[in-house]
Amino acid sequence: MPQFFKLFRNSSTTAGAPPLASSQERVSRHSTGFQEFTKVIHAGEGLAVLDLGPTSPDNIHCITSLGHKIYNVDVLLASTDPALLRKTEDGAVTLDVEQFFAENLVFRGEQFDAVMLWSVADYLPEPLVKPLVERIHSVMRPGGMLLGFFHTKDAGPQAPYHRYHIAGPDTLELQQVPRFRLQRVFNNRHIENLFQNFKSLKFFLTRDHTREVLVVR
Amino acid sequence: MWKARPEEKPSGSAAPAPSTTNTPTSTTTPATTAATNAAGAGNTSASTARPALTPQRPAENFRAEVAHIGKSVLIKGELSGSEDLYLDGEVEGNVDLKQHSLTVGPHGRVRANIRAREVIVHGKVDGNIAGDEKVELKKSAVLTGDITTQRIMIEDGAYFKGAIDLQKEKEGKSHSAEHRREISLSASAG
Repeated sequence: MPQFFKLFRNSSTTAGAPPLASSQERVSRHSTGFQEFTKVIHAGEGLAVLDLGPTSPDNIHCITSLGHKIYNVDVLLASTDPALLRKTEDGAVTLDVEQFFAENLVFRGEQFDAVMLWSVADYLPEPLVKPLVERIHSVMRPGGMLLGFFHTKDAGPQAPYHRYHIAGPDTLELQQVPRFRLQRVFNNRHIENLFQNFKSLKFFLTRDHTREVLVVR
Repeated sequence: MWKARPEEKPSGSAAPAPSTTNTPTSTTTPATTAATNAAGAGNTSASTARPALTPQRPAENFRAEVAHIGKSVLIKGELSGSEDLYLDGEVEGNVDLKQHSLTVGPHGRVRANIRAREVIVHGKVDGNIAGDEKVELKKSAVLTGDITTQRIMIEDGAYFKGAIDLQKEKEGKSHSAEHRREISLSASAG
């Protein structure tokens, strides 16, 4: 795996933080990436949409009110399940990737038209990143669109994890979740490599040191 | 195993029932309790000053018919019924309440598929929920399973892993405004 994965290698969680605690305060911001993504989910009824972030009533309302079916899997929280930890012969503790994917992102033949990855990939334990993208690829319909956010180097190692709530066709509300810690920073090339099996990528650089990326399956 | 809880009817907006209210007091009948509550909580001496108030009103008007499963109860198998149910214990199997409502209390642990007219979850559910009219996930709810219903309300803080498929309403009534209001209210509560 490339060296950039070692950049902030650390536990993905912050010790002592409560499991689901999040700040009450929300910060609203414009999102060009989401604006483009919205065009897909407004294209018709009956789409299957996958939200990989924490449960958000706003997102569920937005997607279901458009007549779509929404699936919600908080993969980052799921990755912290202590039952997934295994001890190797040399005493090191590792994450059981096979077990994780046996318990998560298992869909009975469902193909998704849209996937909201948010900034999960920046905070996910390293062994899960590539398999996650492969699993997403396998459950997306050709032509389906994924929205992902990736921090730039300028965001710094303390960049907080956010819950993303849909607040309008081009507006998101960000709510800090102090529990998770940034694991790495992807540059454009890394992102392209990560999604190399997808058809196309489109980048939008924002003012808050984030790349918004639209990926077409 | 099942006991009627006439003094208390959990509802969607009400807080989960505290365990201290499970047993009616020995000096007050459910009907008098309800009558006292109806008369106003501020007048605490009303029930003792005017004990004849209760017989003048039909008790059934004040009786909330909700069956109750306490938190120490474990049920394995098929659970079906034709009345509303408040479930604060553990169930493994299937729950089918047809045209009635199910409330899973804060201590409730359900590993079962649920079918009911209305389902309100405060506790933990592992299984699919089919709520013919409405499903509510309160902020303490932890649901792993799919939801099929006409209307849904999820409070901020609830954990949900699964799919939500909103069915179109059968009688052509539009609850979309109410749906929107419920969602926005719950979201702002977080």
